[in-house]
Amino acid sequence: MGWKVKANDRAYHQLPEFQKKVFLCIKKSRYSGNAIKTYKYNALTFIPLNLYEQFKRVANVYFLALLILQIIPDITTLPWYTTLIPLVVVLGITAIKDLVDDLARHRMDKEINNRKTEVLLDGRSEHTQWRDVQVGDVVRLKKNDFIPADILMLSSSNPNSLCYVETAELDGETNLKFKMGLRVTDERLQGVHELADFDGLIECEEPNNRLDKFIGTMLWNRERYPLDLDNMLLRGCKIRNTDVCHGLVIFAGADTKIMKNGGKTRFKRTKIDELMNYMVYTIFALLVLVAAGLAIGHTFWYDQIGAKAWYLFDGKGYSASHRGFLSFWGYIIVLNTMVPISLYVSVEVIRLGQSKFINWDLQMYYADKDTPAKARTTTLNEQLGQIEYIFSDKTGTLTQNIMQFKKCTIAGRSYVVKQMEKADLSARVFQPVDWSWNRYADKMFQFMDHSLVATVRSGKDKDAMEFFKLLSLCHTVMVDEDMVYQAASPDEGALVTAARNFGYVFLNRTQDTITIQEGDKENSYEMLALLDFNSDRKRMSIILRFPDGRIRLYCKGADTVIYERLSAESKHTKSTQTALDIFANETLRTLCLCYKDISAGEYEAWERRHKEAQVVLADRDAALDRVYEDIEKNLMLIGATAIEDKLQDGVPETIAKLAKADIKIWVLTGDKKETAENIGYSCSLLTDDMQIHYGEDVKSVPLVHIQSAPPLHLVTYFFTYSGSYALQVNLNHLTHGPCVDFVDMACECEAVICCRVTPKQKANVVSLVKKYKKAVTLSIGDGANDVNMIKTADIGVGISGQEGMQAVMSSDYAFAQFRYLERLLLVHGRWSYIRMCKFLRFFFFKNFAFTLVHFWFSFFSGYSSQVNWFITLYNLCYSSLPVLLVGLLDQDVNDKLSLRFPKLYLPGQQGSLFNYKNFFISLFHGIFVSLIIFFIPYGAFLQTMGQDGEAPSDYQSFAVVTASSLIFIVNLQISLDTSYWTFVNCFAVLGSIAIYFGIMFDIHSAGIHVIFPAYFTFTGAASNALRQPYLWLTIVLTVGISLLPVICIQFLSKTIWPSVGDQVRSRRESTHIRRGHRRLSFSPRSSGQNERKTPVANGSHRQSDGTRTSS
Amino acid sequence: MQKKENQEVENRPDNTAFTQQRLPAWQPILSAGIVIPLFVLVGLAFIGIGVALFVTSRNLHVLEVWKNNLLWLNMALYVFFSPQGPVFFYYGLTNYFQNQRAYGVSKDYNQLSGDLDYFTFFFSIVPDSTCKPYRYDVNNKPIVPCGSLANSMFNDTFNLYQMKNGVKEEVPLDGKGISWWTDYNIKYRNPSVNPLRNAFNGTVKPLYWSKPAYELDPTDTANNGFINQDFLVWMRRSALPNFRKLYRRITDGLPAGNYSLEISYNYPVIAFDGKKKVAFSNVSWMGGKNEFLGIAYLVIGSLCLVMSVVMLIIYAKFKFPEED
Repeated sequence: MGWKVKANDRAYHQLPEFQKKVFLCIKKSRYSGNAIKTYKYNALTFIPLNLYEQFKRVANVYFLALLILQIIPDITTLPWYTTLIPLVVVLGITAIKDLVDDLARHRMDKEINNRKTEVLLDGRSEHTQWRDVQVGDVVRLKKNDFIPADILMLSSSNPNSLCYVETAELDGETNLKFKMGLRVTDERLQGVHELADFDGLIECEEPNNRLDKFIGTMLWNRERYPLDLDNMLLRGCKIRNTDVCHGLVIFAGADTKIMKNGGKTRFKRTKIDELMNYMVYTIFALLVLVAAGLAIGHTFWYDQIGAKAWYLFDGKGYSASHRGFLSFWGYIIVLNTMVPISLYVSVEVIRLGQSKFINWDLQMYYADKDTPAKARTTTLNEQLGQIEYIFSDKTGTLTQNIMQFKKCTIAGRSYVVKQMEKADLSARVFQPVDWSWNRYADKMFQFMDHSLVATVRSGKDKDAMEFFKLLSLCHTVMVDEDMVYQAASPDEGALVTAARNFGYVFLNRTQDTITIQEGDKENSYEMLALLDFNSDRKRMSIILRFPDGRIRLYCKGADTVIYERLSAESKHTKSTQTALDIFANETLRTLCLCYKDISAGEYEAWERRHKEAQVVLADRDAALDRVYEDIEKNLMLIGATAIEDKLQDGVPETIAKLAKADIKIWVLTGDKKETAENIGYSCSLLTDDMQIHYGEDVKSVPLVHIQSAPPLHLVTYFFTYSGSYALQVNLNHLTHGPCVDFVDMACECEAVICCRVTPKQKANVVSLVKKYKKAVTLSIGDGANDVNMIKTADIGVGISGQEGMQAVMSSDYAFAQFRYLERLLLVHGRWSYIRMCKFLRFFFFKNFAFTLVHFWFSFFSGYSSQVNWFITLYNLCYSSLPVLLVGLLDQDVNDKLSLRFPKLYLPGQQGSLFNYKNFFISLFHGIFVSLIIFFIPYGAFLQTMGQDGEAPSDYQSFAVVTASSLIFIVNLQISLDTSYWTFVNCFAVLGSIAIYFGIMFDIHSAGIHVIFPAYFTFTGAASNALRQPYLWLTIVLTVGISLLPVICIQFLSKTIWPSVGDQVRSRRESTHIRRGHRRLSFSPRSSGQNERKTPVANGSHRQSDGTRTSS
Repeated sequence: MQKKENQEVENRPDNTAFTQQRLPAWQPILSAGIVIPLFVLVGLAFIGIGVALFVTSRNLHVLEVWKNNLLWLNMALYVFFSPQGPVFFYYGLTNYFQNQRAYGVSKDYNQLSGDLDYFTFFFSIVPDSTCKPYRYDVNNKPIVPCGSLANSMFNDTFNLYQMKNGVKEEVPLDGKGISWWTDYNIKYRNPSVNPLRNAFNGTVKPLYWSKPAYELDPTDTANNGFINQDFLVWMRRSALPNFRKLYRRITDGLPAGNYSLEISYNYPVIAFDGKKKVAFSNVSWMGGKNEFLGIAYLVIGSLCLVMSVVMLIIYAKFKFPEED
């Protein structure tokens, strides 16, 4: 059943046939209302839903389970509040954060839903809130209104039923587009009464997310009219340059194309998060095993010994296996320090700190716009150190999206329009070239070649006049009443603006005339035909009837296509070609301009054929092309223009750096292929030694074929050449689903440029790579059209640039310039990753070492779990601060070296600093240390007495010795692992040890026992134990045995298998080693990839054929 | 950053060493110049400590005697100590799990610190519930001192006689100051009631005790009740299941010769396959005789030296070819 909409008939849409089942037997119309809902919770559902969400985290469930166990008296070994308090704190903080976020969404929704629009109801126009607009309503839109829903345009106050819209929110393009109503509705539905009586029935496709497609029919007065996308005003756009227009709501609210396009807000997690979760499972399994083992041990022990030990009689009469069962749970509680809740809290703290560092970074602060970098998500930092693929938008992200008319060559003579230096602003040099003689001049246009102005103004040089006349006439630019040009492509805008400054001002355009001002006169030219641009033709032409009756064709296009069509008499071809080559080498976008005079007879003959071609049904485009071909020949060359789409500062360098770090960069752009390729060269994404493949080869093969049988020739093609590849793909064939071959093929390439992609396709490409390559992806963009891709990628980066804030709002990180990406990844990302890995490795180690001592002791204590204050304080005070600081501050190499040696980034991509191997190393290290910590004192204590003859082998002295050893080992071990010693670290390590002794002596002091006799029972243990040299010697030996092997192993592994980081560090140390990067380039894993030549940052590039064109 | 340095900009981050992560720092690396000398030094130091410990331990003497199961025992000993310095007299138990958790916590610290509130039955709150099953007797009278630990106090007594020309001469045993100072003075207090027995009105003695706490040493009020030295020594539970506890000090030392030990055997150990022993030992700065630590130091010290040589060889092998 199609989508049926009846105008002015709200009841129609509630008919039973349009009902859908929502829940059990509750039915609802399948037409959404126009209110949107992006929030997650309301007042009632907040607590249950939020708790539910939070308890999806395994860790929280685990701690809840622990808490429940601790409440059971037979099992409890730790007081219940030791778990409850941290758990409540953690849940509470998260809940508050969620609440704040959701309140912001509530506000946004409310703001949008309460926007006003005019609806025609019962023949009257009423101001209604957006939320009350319904499918089938006729709405009236005024200038600068946002369009409230997807609306079929009926009529407009503009002639020809035109209506201009700005689609920036939809696709990021800032230029105006026009929409057209059906002729029949525009003629008959201008007044309120006619509109109120309108009863057309629209049948169209179901709601979908294709922004580029709409098919439907309108049944009205027993006639059918075809509808397409040109008739649709889409929600999110803005009415421009049109006083009033009317439309019929087709899709509302959640059914609109913009809402359908909105990717789901996904909870992003980092790879390390996932890994950490699995490790927590592993630890949990280990914990269960250990506890079970000890419980079994306890059962047997009780059977053999405990039951006979009259002194242990507890009157409970439990059987051995029952006791074993209880002891199992007791051990689960006691050994929970293997996965302490402080792990999650600490990880959050570290991430928060790292986000702050990103926010604080002056080198990512853009002074011109006063924009600092902003980490909007605080949970993804370490993922920044693992990026393998970057998906970048082009316009506004790589480029400034400001086209500048730079140079031109007219009749063989080159003129240079220089970019003005800031210093020149006040300089006298500029004064004579003031544009004040021209009231239309664009003040932003900067120009230095006085001779050209003089030439044009003198009116003597016919070629120069013709040149600018062509620029002012041959284009598709729109103009609004404020004389602001709306160009479909910024290049065109730049050219028309240039012409305007030189005195050829494009004033006005109607369906068939173009008015320009030449000098002082206003002239209207009748537009006979517009031979539009497409990427095959690479040129556009316009046929005009001059006021004096002459007919002339103006054409501009890529040099290759123009030169083929030049007349033999055309002059200056050689000198222009030379100039073109020079321009091209400066990575300017060039266009050739030419004209042709056409006799009236010739035109009439051609026009007939043109008309015929226009109505051809089959293969109309080809027919038109042939007709165009006929007229566009024997052209006379005037000259050529050179435009620059200025790259943002530092883009080529950044891309080169990132490429060296083995990050693959894909550019996804809505642009034409040529423009994209051009940019590819100028930002050194494409280099001369790359072989470029065009995806059209792929496009011609239907998708099914690609899926079922990979085109073999392509695959072999890709492997036979050794060297670098770049792929350019037009992604239209990818809309229907994932295509593994495309991904495989594209990932073989160094650089991929996808052109003509829609927002959804951008997101599709990202998810394809994520899905098939299991790679960590980053998307960077600045426009609303990038929102989807930003949300889809593992990390989304928004550039706060020209195109509004949508990208930034949905991004995880935001800053002002593309070049900051380098610092974000290579410095902050890398540091964050290394810090997090170090932190996790150490954290696991320290808790294993701590917890497993208990395990060993169990063998000697009849498998009974032991508890004291130390457990609570260990993670809190004694060992957490130094490792937390390492997680926050550590730098293996400083930022300058990180940037200079991008290879340092590789361990992150390979995930080699934290994986199961590292986890088990931490585990075994912990087991080793715990063995030492237990058995050295055990050996020393077994049969001995103190220096005063008292037996020191008492439980409390033993505890003091093992605990002190543990504190020393853990703090010295983190000192060994700290590679960046600031006074804070120093303070923390010494402080932790001091705090340990301070708290210990406090707890063991007489005073506190007198106040709380039942809680602090270690009175005098510390002072008694630690005044004995023998026990100190035991501690020293324990610490020595635990640390020395680690130092030895670290030293040997650094000597035998040095990592890139080690090499950089040792080179920094030994300054006498001569400079050069030779030694750095042989990391064993990356040797193969070093063959690749890095793109030249600023060098000149060969421009491949067909790149110097513009519409 | 260079731009607009002087201009006030609102969102500009602070330029401090901390926010820019440029804190002055020392970035040490484990270079050969540090690691190898470190190992040599540590090795030498450990060997030195090891030798000192080992030699000291060698010069100490321990005499350990296992008791058999006779109730009254007269044991002949030949002691070969040199007469200098005090000698310590220990009793020991094996296979005895004082480190069991439930057993270890089974006491009421408030009670033991002399708080009379904890001497009464008060709504089943006092004494502490950990004392179960030695909390109340059948008449709901609180047991003082309550709990398993106190209940199972060691109650053998020993007398040592020197055989001088066939005459038994009792060796004076000093029972003062054999417990920790903190235990005697802080942790355990008697209620300030005179006479002490009045404090125990309405309470019962621990089940397995032959006499109530206030009669542990009727001759000396400073050694009676909860501050009885033997009681304190027992209450300081041991870490490992085979342990010794100090019984008496022999201040004048034990000159070499023949001795006789009289034991009143009360404490049952056979039930749990335990054994009793007595031991005599003198002590030094490192405490009693124990060779483990000395040997461990020697082994580790030597290993350090060996490893420093190994590291030197490996370092030379891997570092020098590269520098060519």
